[in-house]
Amino acid sequence: MKQLVILSGKGGTGKTTVAAALAHLASQEMPVVLADADVDAANLELVLDPVKQEEHDFMSGQVAVIDAEKCIACGLCAEVCRFDAVMEEGGIYRVDPLACEGCASCFYQCPEEAIRMQEQHAGRWFRSDSRFGPLFHAHLFAGQENSGKLVTLVKQQGRLLALDTGAELLVVDGPPGIGCPVISASAGADVALHVVEPTVSGVHDLERIMGTTDHFGVPSLVAINKVDLNLARSEEIVAFCTEQGVEVVGRIPYDTVVTEAMVRGRPVTDYADGTVTEALEEMWSRIRERLLSDGEEQR
Amino acid sequence: MIITIASGKGGTGKTTVATSLTLSLAAESPLFLDCDVEEPNVALFLKPTIEERREVGQMIPEVNLDKCTYCGRCAEVCQYHAIAVVGDKVLVFPELCHGCGSCTLNCPAEAIHEVLNVTGTIERGSNGSIEFGQGTLNIGEPMAVPIIRQLKRWVIPPDHGARPIILDASPGTACPVVESMSGADFVLMVTEPTPFGLHDMRLAVQVARDELGLPVGVVVNRDGVGDRGVDDYCAAEDIPILLRIPLDRRIAEAYSEGTPLVEALPEYRERFQALYADIEKLVRETKGAAQ
Repeated sequence: MKQLVILSGKGGTGKTTVAAALAHLASQEMPVVLADADVDAANLELVLDPVKQEEHDFMSGQVAVIDAEKCIACGLCAEVCRFDAVMEEGGIYRVDPLACEGCASCFYQCPEEAIRMQEQHAGRWFRSDSRFGPLFHAHLFAGQENSGKLVTLVKQQGRLLALDTGAELLVVDGPPGIGCPVISASAGADVALHVVEPTVSGVHDLERIMGTTDHFGVPSLVAINKVDLNLARSEEIVAFCTEQGVEVVGRIPYDTVVTEAMVRGRPVTDYADGTVTEALEEMWSRIRERLLSDGEEQR
Repeated sequence: MIITIASGKGGTGKTTVATSLTLSLAAESPLFLDCDVEEPNVALFLKPTIEERREVGQMIPEVNLDKCTYCGRCAEVCQYHAIAVVGDKVLVFPELCHGCGSCTLNCPAEAIHEVLNVTGTIERGSNGSIEFGQGTLNIGEPMAVPIIRQLKRWVIPPDHGARPIILDASPGTACPVVESMSGADFVLMVTEPTPFGLHDMRLAVQVARDELGLPVGVVVNRDGVGDRGVDDYCAAEDIPILLRIPLDRRIAEAYSEGTPLVEALPEYRERFQALYADIEKLVRETKGAAQ
């Protein structure tokens, strides 16, 4: 079983569009399992028509709660808190749950044992059936921490099911950025596909995301989305990839059909024929070749 | 006045709006902070000269083994499993540590002191009348929040009054976005009128308006693509749409070269000044209503 993660560094470059198309194309040839690792803002469900089969709570992290009855307003909790989460108003101390990082420093320092640590219901995760295979996705509640933990959970569930059912491919739609959820999403991946646009920010951000996956030993492939928006910048990306020894597997043209397909809630390859679909089909065949040839090397 | 630019979904045009708003307010000596420390790229557009740079991160424990009694209290109180006592060794895992200092406070032998574990940099500089600050998370480091927090503390003066301060947040709705929004007077959502844009903006509105209690307004970018979902949502939720930027290939091409919108299409300058005036008015009304 191979694990492909789709990343970008910069947001909004077309990760989910590419992930949905790959899910559609791959599922026509082999059994696949899908995981949406963008737990802040999960979008894969919007184009895969999932039907929820299971729903689970995600309990994670904790916040401090001050018992006003026991509190003697000594202020020690506010003094030790490094996250400015303890607030005092008219001699009443309380904890701002959004600022609290759950370190329990105040809990241990309180001389009156007036503070308790309360576990947080931080989100929900789901197993759904989609037209292209089982989908694991999640929703981290607004402003919660530990998104990396939820990403790991969603991906792990996908991986276990893929192994159990003999699926050949796990497609992981990753979050933007390079921080904790991205590190969790790419852990254990066989290949990371970076979707980049030919802009100054795109080039800059590609270097950082590729640096991140390199750091964790995940090999990279690159897809240039909206390749014709700025051909000179596209060439710059190709040159950078050549220098890094990274293959550019996809060159997807700019076309409003991508947005149309999204509005209709379908992967673009499942919605219309044309240059975008052709480019994505060609990209999939290259990725498949790469994933399979890697497998042969291991054998 | 502090305005945070957010979106939920990435790539909707936060940076386009944030840079153009800042440049349009050049006469008012604005301060700009790039809080997308995972992928900071506003400097590519505002082209500031960096004048000062600091390494930042968080304080992590360092154990003096001459004093340590290996009692294990530090590991017991650490909620992040960032310190462990194994036989006569104490292991510290810097990437798990939140820098809360609880182990230091709880060590009965006073054997722990803290040292800075560098996880990124913060920089400040300027371009003409525009003052600029940005943070950069080092590659391979997971935690963005401490960098954003220290950038804000370093660059935003405590008595900033009416001066425009504009923060560009990262995509998403988790802790780095909350840190970028907290302390703001207004959150400006930049979205595109598509199902993805709407879905993710709703989540960002939950954070800004429902969790943090901040007034919000919307900029619809690439107006004309997609569907009416964003318009219908804003009308139903009583969220003002303050500016519409049509889908225009010239804007996308200018962006691709690092040219800010208001430099490529100067006629937008007045529209961004009007946007700022509208935000000022909304903030005044909110504060008036609160009193």
